[in-house]
Amino acid sequence: MSEAALLRLDGVNTHIGPYHILQGVELAVPRGGLTMLLGRNGAGKTTTLRTIMGLWHASAGRVRFDGAEITDWATPDIARAGIAYVPENMGIFADLTVRENLLLAARAGDIDDARLRWVFGLFPALKKFWSLPAGFLSGGQKQMLSIARAVIEPRKLFLIDEPTKGLAPAIIGNMIAAFRELKQTAATILLVEQNFMFAKSLGDTVAVMDNGRVVHAGSMAELAEDRELQHRLLGLSLDSHQ
Amino acid sequence: MTMLRVVLSGDFPQSRILSAALLVIFIALAAAPFLFPGTQSLNVAAKICYFVVLAASYDLLLGYTGIVSFAHTMFFGIGGYGAGLALYTWGPTWTSVLIGTLLGLGLAIVLALIIGLFSLRVRAIFFAMITLAVASAFAILASQLSWLTGGEDGRTFRVPEVLRPGYSLLEAGAFSINGRIITYYLIFLAALVLFLGMLRVVNSPFGRVLQGIRENEFRAEALGYRTIVYRSIVNCLSAAMATLAGVLAALWLRYTGPAVTLSFDIMLDILLMVVIGGMGTLYGAVIGATIFILAENYLQALMGALSKSAAGLPVLPQLFDPDRWLLWLGVLFVLSVYFFPAGIVGKLAARK
Repeated sequence: MSEAALLRLDGVNTHIGPYHILQGVELAVPRGGLTMLLGRNGAGKTTTLRTIMGLWHASAGRVRFDGAEITDWATPDIARAGIAYVPENMGIFADLTVRENLLLAARAGDIDDARLRWVFGLFPALKKFWSLPAGFLSGGQKQMLSIARAVIEPRKLFLIDEPTKGLAPAIIGNMIAAFRELKQTAATILLVEQNFMFAKSLGDTVAVMDNGRVVHAGSMAELAEDRELQHRLLGLSLDSHQ
Repeated sequence: MTMLRVVLSGDFPQSRILSAALLVIFIALAAAPFLFPGTQSLNVAAKICYFVVLAASYDLLLGYTGIVSFAHTMFFGIGGYGAGLALYTWGPTWTSVLIGTLLGLGLAIVLALIIGLFSLRVRAIFFAMITLAVASAFAILASQLSWLTGGEDGRTFRVPEVLRPGYSLLEAGAFSINGRIITYYLIFLAALVLFLGMLRVVNSPFGRVLQGIRENEFRAEALGYRTIVYRSIVNCLSAAMATLAGVLAALWLRYTGPAVTLSFDIMLDILLMVVIGGMGTLYGAVIGATIFILAENYLQALMGALSKSAAGLPVLPQLFDPDRWLLWLGVLFVLSVYFFPAGIVGKLAARK
């Protein structure tokens, strides 16, 4: 059972209506590290996360998580197996207060005090707006709430979709610090990101997607060194891309 | 205060005006037999009591979970027919009431479960259509099985002796407590307990999950909640509450029939009560039901008085002719939905 990879996708294909989005994704997410999933818009990153979460089901291929095949599991069962998902559009419950949002995420019904203090340390704004309906939070605060909701209970794997999208640079700095903290807890994280600087500063391993396939997988350090490879895979040069 | 917090499950009305309005309604209903003696006013007060339960139970579905159902009057009817037919068939005893209620509850929960399992997975509009179809079929069935239900005429039955108008518990001068008043207090207390019970449910962790489902079903699933289970449970709970409201209605009216329990008009009334009061807040059901039933009963008289006092003026007497009361009721609803899109309680809560 001591497989090196906590999550493994083998030849995963996903169709959405008539569109063939994922075309044989091969991906291994090592235990205890932060894996960056990079790629251009439309490469299939979000679809990969949603397929892992069972929000869309793979038409072919297998998804294995922690020794079990979860390809055909229902979303709630996948969540109960220990995967937390932070979608790109945040998906907070706007009518519920910050507190209620977090209570919902802590399925046991009560939030562990030490854990809550830790989350407040990561995102102080949440403490300040504890009793406010989440709909009143700013974009950055909503994003923080969304991540806090995922980390409020220890989980085996975090799937996080573009946490920095539309956020101001100062808040992105906060976010990087928060993810560093989360990494300290030996959590396994699969993070989709467009911001290469952000990705570079956090990632241990990296997978790059294009046209519904993983076209490169390796260590983040290696990709960060190799400008030619970056240019070829991501169509970017570090100098012009912040 | 702590006591009140426990009773209200920590869910205090969000504004002073709302608290005051609720307090006035509560006191008026609690003392109705003495404040407003007279058959019609007591009828109105009792109707408000069981319609508060009915509207609040509908709000569990519509406001708290985002499920649109047209089968709510069917469950109301199952309660009414359950208690009514039991009293009619087995005689006016408390055992009949109990058995009728339990049979009604059983049937309602089974039906709600079947409807839910068949259709809660599909899109909202299909669920609404299926509930509409089942409710229509049930209404037709109730009028066709006339050997059992009395058909369109319904059934008039006798209630246990303590609840009959002729029964007198206490007589002291002008002051008397008869079976009618006992029935009223039975209904008032039952409605109060059921309402506070529902308040407890929506403020529990279970209620939070329901609100999560209403707002974003996929997120709730991704957090690990089997939404179909929650939706099925709330569907059954709401049906059970509507059934009990039906039992209360039957005890008060001493009659059950399609027009007072199953008709689609009642379904529209409930919908309006919930929308006017404010969806997603049980206090809205209290306000909505009270305003609606008062308007339904007294608007005509009010207009008669207006029409008389405007006599001699052009147009106005015709405009306020008591026969046009339905028109004005309609205007009132259009205005209230226009000015209070989040319902009266929603508006008050936003103002604080």
